[in-house]
Amino acid sequence: MVCEMETDQTEEMDVEVLSSMWPEDVGTQADNQFNVEKPAGDSDTLKEVDIAEKRTMADLKRLPELLNTTDQGSSQLTNLVRQWEYMQDHAVRLLREELKILTKQREEAEAKELKIIEEHNFETEEPENVPVLDETSHLFRRFRQKKRDELVDSKRVVIDEEFDTVAYWKQKALSLEKMLEASTERERRLIEKLNESLKTMESHSAPVEELTQNLKRAEGFLHFILQNAPIVMGHQDKDLRYLFIYNKFPSLREQDILGKTDVEIFHGGGVKESQDFKREVLEKGKASKREITFETDLFGSKTFLIYVEPVYNKAREKIGINYMGMEVTDQVRKREKMAKLREDNAVRKAMESELTKTIHITEETMRAKQMLATMSHEIRSPLSGVVGMAEILSTTKLDKEQRQLLNVMISSGDLVLQLINDILDLSKVESGVMKLEATKFRPREVVKHVLQTAAASLKKDLTLEGNIADEVPILVVGDVLRIRQILTNLISNAIKFTHQGKVGIKLKVISEPSFASEEQNETSVWICCDVYDTGIGIPENALPCLFKKYMQASADHARKYGGTGLGLAICKQLVELMGGQLTVTSQVNAGSTFTFILPYKVATSDDHSDDQEEFSDMVDHQPEPDDTTEGYFQFKPLLGSIYSNGGPVIGNNFLPHKVMLTSPVRIINGFGAEPSNNTGQSETVQVGNGGYMDETRQNCPESGHEYGNGNGGCSSKESESCSSSQASSEGGVLEMESEITVSSSKEEEKTETSKPKILLVEDNKINIMVAKSMMKQLGYTMDIANNGVEAINAVKESSFDLVLMDVCMPVLDGLKATRLIRSYEESGNWDAALEAGVDIKTSENDQTCVPPTNRLPIVAMTANTLAESSEECYANGMDSFISKPVTLQKLKECIQQYLQ
Amino acid sequence: MDTLVAQLQRQFRDYTISLYHQGFLDDQFTELKKLQDECSPDFVAEVVSLFFEDCEKLIGNMARALDQTGNVDFNLVGSSVHQLKGSSSSVGAKRVKGLCVTFKECCDSQNFEGCVRCLQQVDIEYKSLKAKLQDLFSLEQQIVQAGGRIPQVDI
Repeated sequence: MVCEMETDQTEEMDVEVLSSMWPEDVGTQADNQFNVEKPAGDSDTLKEVDIAEKRTMADLKRLPELLNTTDQGSSQLTNLVRQWEYMQDHAVRLLREELKILTKQREEAEAKELKIIEEHNFETEEPENVPVLDETSHLFRRFRQKKRDELVDSKRVVIDEEFDTVAYWKQKALSLEKMLEASTERERRLIEKLNESLKTMESHSAPVEELTQNLKRAEGFLHFILQNAPIVMGHQDKDLRYLFIYNKFPSLREQDILGKTDVEIFHGGGVKESQDFKREVLEKGKASKREITFETDLFGSKTFLIYVEPVYNKAREKIGINYMGMEVTDQVRKREKMAKLREDNAVRKAMESELTKTIHITEETMRAKQMLATMSHEIRSPLSGVVGMAEILSTTKLDKEQRQLLNVMISSGDLVLQLINDILDLSKVESGVMKLEATKFRPREVVKHVLQTAAASLKKDLTLEGNIADEVPILVVGDVLRIRQILTNLISNAIKFTHQGKVGIKLKVISEPSFASEEQNETSVWICCDVYDTGIGIPENALPCLFKKYMQASADHARKYGGTGLGLAICKQLVELMGGQLTVTSQVNAGSTFTFILPYKVATSDDHSDDQEEFSDMVDHQPEPDDTTEGYFQFKPLLGSIYSNGGPVIGNNFLPHKVMLTSPVRIINGFGAEPSNNTGQSETVQVGNGGYMDETRQNCPESGHEYGNGNGGCSSKESESCSSSQASSEGGVLEMESEITVSSSKEEEKTETSKPKILLVEDNKINIMVAKSMMKQLGYTMDIANNGVEAINAVKESSFDLVLMDVCMPVLDGLKATRLIRSYEESGNWDAALEAGVDIKTSENDQTCVPPTNRLPIVAMTANTLAESSEECYANGMDSFISKPVTLQKLKECIQQYLQ
Repeated sequence: MDTLVAQLQRQFRDYTISLYHQGFLDDQFTELKKLQDECSPDFVAEVVSLFFEDCEKLIGNMARALDQTGNVDFNLVGSSVHQLKGSSSSVGAKRVKGLCVTFKECCDSQNFEGCVRCLQQVDIEYKSLKAKLQDLFSLEQQIVQAGGRIPQVDI
């Protein structure tokens, strides 16, 4: 078979051939010579099959013994014997029957013969007897005659001659003789037949020969079936030593296998397992199957399905095992491949469904976000109305309880407003609308002011400190508003969760971190900012979800400390938007440190004059000598003393710049003043912004009690819009004042400085009329453009502070017009507009036209407030949108947002 | 005298409320009212009459456009509808505005039958609004003539 496989393999390489269980290139010559040359493919009869008998290896001495002692062995023999006996019995019965028949025939024949002889004697020998019994013979003869007449009546010989003549007797004698001859002949034949039967009987009677033949046939049949089967069979004794093996590995010789155990024969993986399995079967006495993969030096990696059954002797004692192994390597491999495929399939399917789910969720989220933004936007308007009204109400005469209730109302309203602003911020960042601005600022001052602001509203016994390393540049470029927002957020967070000790900010320059992207150019400096506290800390398990939206370290904290849970999420997003990283380390009950790393461009401090409004408030008033380089600040919650430390005070954002800031004295804005103490609102403004601190104090003796611990008067130091709500939660008066002063101060300003210029781009006459009238009521006038082209020309001719842009217009719609205006802002020329076919009027000052330095706020007016539409507005460079119909409130808010 | 004024005032109030309740007007009309002050005492009337002129003109345009049998420029109609929608929303003509939304949909789907039907309805609607507002204004005038003050109507 080995040879055959070799040829097969070479001939039919590409055809899938069931390879031999054992490799082809092993095997001894001795084995080969006994193998079948090549079993003919069409040999379907047993006779034609030549059987290789050398495949079996058996311990001949012990195998018969085994056969004799085991049930299986003896029962096989018994069967054979029984079969033989049955056959013999059958033959004997047949022979007996035959014998019986023959005997009967013979008896008949003998009877007949006797009769004939008698007759014959009586008739033929009568004459010879006559002389002897002459006298009596007659009588006797007569008697005989009579008797014969009676007996052989039927067989009376017909004789033509006349009775009792010589001829008659002669004739009779002759015929009788003939009959006798026939009878004799018959007898002879019968005897012959009998002899023959006896002979055949003898030939059947050799049981050994019969048994041998049967055995041979059975063995031949087994060989026929098994010789090509990938099956190993064997018997092992109690100690698992082989006594018999069929289809053994070709290179193994008899002495290698017989009397040895698996472990002694083979080495490698699986051998031990199979041995143990066999032992287990032997111990349990229960036949069982198992798949075992062998990894042996002899035949490599093959998997066998092994069947093992225990063997008992007649006394029901275990004497060994029979085992049968079938090689199933390919099947196993296929099965495993299939399983793997199926698994892969399942995994892929799961991934696919996961992906579609994710996509779906993302889409939903995006939609929800837009919806949220729109909703928030819509909610903000009425809410600010509510809060505003409540603040106005708080200026009226109220009793103590009413005031308390009102304060709760205002602070709740402020919280909701804060939340909505946070949501808007978040969705802006997430939808990529948030644009960063690059402005020069002084990190030291930012830190200082953030701390000052925080100190102002501090109600706890905490030390606030700022520590800026010397190498941190004096002036850097970044989005100071956002950075301040982050710092403020982190600081207020730190303060919220710290009950004693200190909260601080530490700034230092670090080398470029690994996550920095390539684009960041050389001029940038990486500044690492730590905001640390000695607060309650954050448990480790809460860290992962710390930056998630609406998440707080625990529900307990949320209850105890309040807050929207959006602050850190916004910080993280802002930091990441700016190309940095926000991380946190914390230890429960010891404190937390939030660290953010951001790249900044370094600005030279020479171009001081260019300092833009972003922090002009700090720059414009008298700088203290150490202000720009001071590296350490500390604010202690000691009454009054805090303020002496902080040098410059931030000016009032609500006022046009540089109006009152010429005062050399530190300014406190007077929003804390009770309006009742003043003659009117506009006057309040003047006093508030222009007045000296002590003057304000005098003016508002009551202001002290508005704030829990008396440092309230100073909370007015902070004037950033982001912190004003904080302050207002302490004392609602503040916010109200700022609200009112907004518009009144505006009107005030109009007389002194130029009015803000507003451009309304709208094609509908009625809308124009209504909007104009509303603006008038708000104290503004507007220029009108009837379509996008007119708007572009208007923007080109003069500079505006705000553009209200209808989206849907003839000639050139609002979206395109906005895009073109933005393109002009970026490039400094109107090429894009010209390309778009916009008819631009040329004017004499075209040559002197320089690109504008500021982004022109453009607010869309949309007919539908659907998310897509607002998305489109943002995408086309609009800053925000108001939905139509335009109302006074909407316009007012818009103006507050962009003109103040 | 006072009883007359009071009666007129009550009538005015009821009539105004009914206009809101029947959906002829919405809050935007209230907004307009807010804009009316001593400087522009007839602001609402001015805006409204401008609106009705606009309506007449636009409806005329649309009717002409829809009259071009077999060759209707739905875009043209649509832009007129858009205009009308903007105007009506600005003055708070709620029903007209609502019809304009449907009208716009018909235009977008080039549904000629629908457009014609909407046009007819818009025509009817703006005329009835016009009549009602004229009534309202004449009531106002009567109150003023009777020496009364036009009451603030809270919806």
